[in-house]
Amino acid sequence: MGDEDQNILVVGGGISGITAAIEAAETGANVVIVERNPYLGGRVAQLNQYFPKLCPPTCGLEINFRRIKNNPKISFLTQAEVLSISGQPGAYSVTLQLNPRYVNDNCTACGKCAEVCETTVPSQVNYGMDSVKAAYLPHQMAYPFKYVLAPEIIGTDEATKCAEACPYNAIDLSMKPETLTLEFGAVVWATGWDPYEAEKIDYLGFGQFPNVMTNVMFERLAAFNGPTSGKMLRPSDGKEVKSVAFVQCAGSRDENHLAYCSGVCCLASLKQSTYIRERVPDSKAFIYYIDVRAMGKYEDFYTRVQQDENISFIKSKIARISEDKESGGLLVEGEDVIGGSRVSQVVDLVVLAVGMTPGTAKVKPDLEMNYDDFGFVTGSGASGIIPAGCVKAPMEVAASLQDATAAALKAIQVAVRR
Amino acid sequence: MDQNIGVYLCSGCGIGDAIDLDALSSVAEESNVSKTMTHDCLCSAEGAQIIKDDVASGSINCMVIGACSGRVKSDVFAFDPMQTILERVNLREHVTWCQPAGNEDTQAMADDYLRMGIIRVQKSTLPEPYLEALDKTVLVVGGGVAGMQAALDAAKAGYSVKLVEKEAELGGHMAKWHKNTPTRPPYQDIEDIDLSSTIEQISNSQNIEVFKNAEIEKISGAPGMFDVTLKNGAGAYRVGSIVLAAGWKPYDATKLEGLGFQKFPDVITNVQVEEMAKAGSLACPSDGSAPSVVAFVQCAGSRDPEHLPYCSAVCCRVSLKQAMYFKEQNEETKVIVFYKDMRTPEQAEEFYKKVQKDGVIFVKTDTSKIAISEGSEKKLTIEALDELLGEPIQMETDLVVLATGMQPAVLDDPILNLEYRQGPALPELKYGFPDSHFVCFPYETRRTGIYTAGCVRQPMTATRSSNDGTGAALKAIQCVELSSQGKAVHPRAGDLSYPSLFIQRCTQCKRCTEECPFGMYNEDVKGTPLPYPTRCRRCAICMGSCPERIISFSNYSVDMIGSMIKSISVPEDYEEKPRIIGLICENDAFPAVDMVGLGKLQYPPWVRFIPLRCLGSINLVWIADALSKGVDGIVLFGCKFGDDYQCHFIKGSELADTRMSKIKETLDRLVLESDRIRLEQLSIDDYYRIPQILEEFTARLEELGPNPYKGF
Repeated sequence: MGDEDQNILVVGGGISGITAAIEAAETGANVVIVERNPYLGGRVAQLNQYFPKLCPPTCGLEINFRRIKNNPKISFLTQAEVLSISGQPGAYSVTLQLNPRYVNDNCTACGKCAEVCETTVPSQVNYGMDSVKAAYLPHQMAYPFKYVLAPEIIGTDEATKCAEACPYNAIDLSMKPETLTLEFGAVVWATGWDPYEAEKIDYLGFGQFPNVMTNVMFERLAAFNGPTSGKMLRPSDGKEVKSVAFVQCAGSRDENHLAYCSGVCCLASLKQSTYIRERVPDSKAFIYYIDVRAMGKYEDFYTRVQQDENISFIKSKIARISEDKESGGLLVEGEDVIGGSRVSQVVDLVVLAVGMTPGTAKVKPDLEMNYDDFGFVTGSGASGIIPAGCVKAPMEVAASLQDATAAALKAIQVAVRR
Repeated sequence: MDQNIGVYLCSGCGIGDAIDLDALSSVAEESNVSKTMTHDCLCSAEGAQIIKDDVASGSINCMVIGACSGRVKSDVFAFDPMQTILERVNLREHVTWCQPAGNEDTQAMADDYLRMGIIRVQKSTLPEPYLEALDKTVLVVGGGVAGMQAALDAAKAGYSVKLVEKEAELGGHMAKWHKNTPTRPPYQDIEDIDLSSTIEQISNSQNIEVFKNAEIEKISGAPGMFDVTLKNGAGAYRVGSIVLAAGWKPYDATKLEGLGFQKFPDVITNVQVEEMAKAGSLACPSDGSAPSVVAFVQCAGSRDPEHLPYCSAVCCRVSLKQAMYFKEQNEETKVIVFYKDMRTPEQAEEFYKKVQKDGVIFVKTDTSKIAISEGSEKKLTIEALDELLGEPIQMETDLVVLATGMQPAVLDDPILNLEYRQGPALPELKYGFPDSHFVCFPYETRRTGIYTAGCVRQPMTATRSSNDGTGAALKAIQCVELSSQGKAVHPRAGDLSYPSLFIQRCTQCKRCTEECPFGMYNEDVKGTPLPYPTRCRRCAICMGSCPERIISFSNYSVDMIGSMIKSISVPEDYEEKPRIIGLICENDAFPAVDMVGLGKLQYPPWVRFIPLRCLGSINLVWIADALSKGVDGIVLFGCKFGDDYQCHFIKGSELADTRMSKIKETLDRLVLESDRIRLEQLSIDDYYRIPQILEEFTARLEELGPNPYKGF
């Protein structure tokens, strides 16, 4: 290699995008990452643990952030979006919009702005389960390690107060959205996934009952830096959760919602059942499934979880969730298809194992990419735009990173040809 | 290099309020430094410029920056590692934010951290990278879909490739298949397989040399300088890195006696179905008749502790495909699939639905309990418990297909035949697969520069195998690029240091050659280590293992950490002011301690943390140094070990634990309580546990009383 002009744009600073960028840069390419959030890490930064090792995602993120810090060939832009891409493989012109952080590089993360800030906004990282100060660090391990001002307070006295409290002139209230056009030889499209909108599955009660939450929210409930500091508390009344129903395929393998299987939700629920069992020793977990899909060596994890007799597996598609007035809990109903008996279980908390929808399902970027009916990218017409990770199919982290590594080489090939 | 050390102290972020920086400056001046200065915001453009100017003018080439954690503002404090030495002393997260302001104990802590930082620099030299490993050819072993794609993609990126295939033709298993499972929308139809264009691209590529009917006799050397010898005198070649894509073999169905394999000729495997279909006719082996009833038995030997405990991930999809073969041959054929769970992830769910629509019947049962016997009307009788109906069922069939799983091709043949002291094979993870143990780093192996792809790594579909070949090719290319520049690969990518051995003092104890997780050392006949620097990941586990302390790095050595420990000021009188050394993993525990500061949590002020590349780099002499100096306790924070180990160097923390258990025996003999040493397995997100661990440890030390060696 050694071609100084290999420039690759990676769209999406989640774990797939970060990996594609680092792998390409450590091979010798120049890479720019564009991320919508004010921090890198995407969805995995919001996870408590990974299956099957039950290890913290921040561990791998920390190593990857160090690789970025140590490598002058990688740069990144946060709060940035792609507006348009033109050109052809080897020569793309990309216009980006940079949204204001209202905090500049002077920020030392000393926290003085947050000390004076009284306004709060819903926490994005915690899926709105709690609030944060409107001058906030996205989360403890956030990279870049810089505060953000919520746009809600811009133009108010509160913002001025925050700016005045900053000892380092790091708050710049005059920041405006900017556009920027850059040239790249290849583009990796790694905009990730969104959890399926659980409120669309009306019979499962999400949005109607506070104690019904999604699997991604349950990750935050279990996290020590989450809204309850890792305590298993029922949202409705703060009572300790003693029983959890995991409803698998919530909207998945269902023609009315997502016809496909998201591949990871079974393993996610197996993992989450260990959270409640570990934190609340006398708790019970009930997993309602169609098929338990623990592929490959993940089977070992399934085997391990099955050994806990307080975790029950019931083959059932849950038909209804309602509030149990007496206990303040929830009544989960369906049919146990093994044996044909009725499921009627009262639990403290219901976790809906919702599937993944590709970032490209809602907004199909104006690019030469092909999509299937679900919005997943099936290939790119122009070989210079390379999809990676969950925009192609639902994948677990390890598979996404394998795919992102492959995408890095495809991008390098295009950039080399220039 | 003549060191000119500049000490730059920052008073911002509360540091100046918590610590007397004038007093701290005088600590710096006790050392032989060229300059000491304080700034109220060192990371500001103005502050950083002062340092840059000092470096540019040549007056300073070693910077000790006493400010925030080295994990932040690294873009501001960035200097050329080939020309300068940089040390970040963490006065903010590790002192100011976790200790009371203006307190003498807080001051003592800052003083010690600064002394240690200066010593770290004084004991460092500029790296002299190893620049001997220059070959950039990629060797791909295995010419199936994964290996072919790896070869093509490396070649397309401009690299020379040697592709070694043991059979007469490229294509591997897939070339023997009739059709593929759906890969394209609407994901409902089985697809034709055409490998010819891939094979043609390979043969037309100027960059790829293909060796058919070829196997590896041996591979010696290291990344950037592997020497590969083919069997039967087919040649010897130098390559830079290796992709192992040797594929899989079907589980031996003869072990599945209970399912009637070999006992009944019409019990066959999914591999045989593929061969028959490819040959053009699906027939019962017993009499050559076309079956009118076919039963598939899923998980034949899979998800079964007696056979393969894991799931082979593809067999459900393969059986759906093969069910369609029978339906295509004659749509009247009755096909029944006995399954434990149908595993058709992602868009394959669409295919599953299509096959159900086409009339294939599915019966949920524990397939390991299926009984197969001779039939009356049809050839075979199957008995199973239909779990959904809760009833036993009995049915007659002409043909039974066992959906057997995959085993890695390296199960009983190392294939690469590495001339490594630690053995000829890639270390396996589980069930013989040389897979990565790391969720975040799927291409990690324990042999640097050798990456696995496709089903040798883990069971996967053909589409994914091909893509996996591309990813492994990237890693192989990356390795040769970094190795040729003398840089380490993951996880310390770019590290220019590497171990040097003062071999005259070696006693051939072989600890380094045994303990290196990556097999960096070979041995000569006497047992003297022969280092291969490009195999090294720079964890320094060998440095920790060496009782003669002859292994060191330009910027990391036994002497360096030992001197840092010795520089700590230990009050001669106990005065309820114990001293605790914390030797901690720099990847996980160090950031966790930062988080304690960020959370403004407090812990006892007696602790001095020293980050290590890996806990496995702990040399026992440091413990001896600390205890003989009068340090009261030593706490070690390392990554979790055991089956779900989190150590990025595989077993560093576990090795540290083993070493500590040995030193504890020695301590007991010296009547020095072994409780003075404590190892904690700590994840990066376990920061909230740190204050409690340290408080408990301090309380225990108080019970033990002062280190009796204090003041000696």
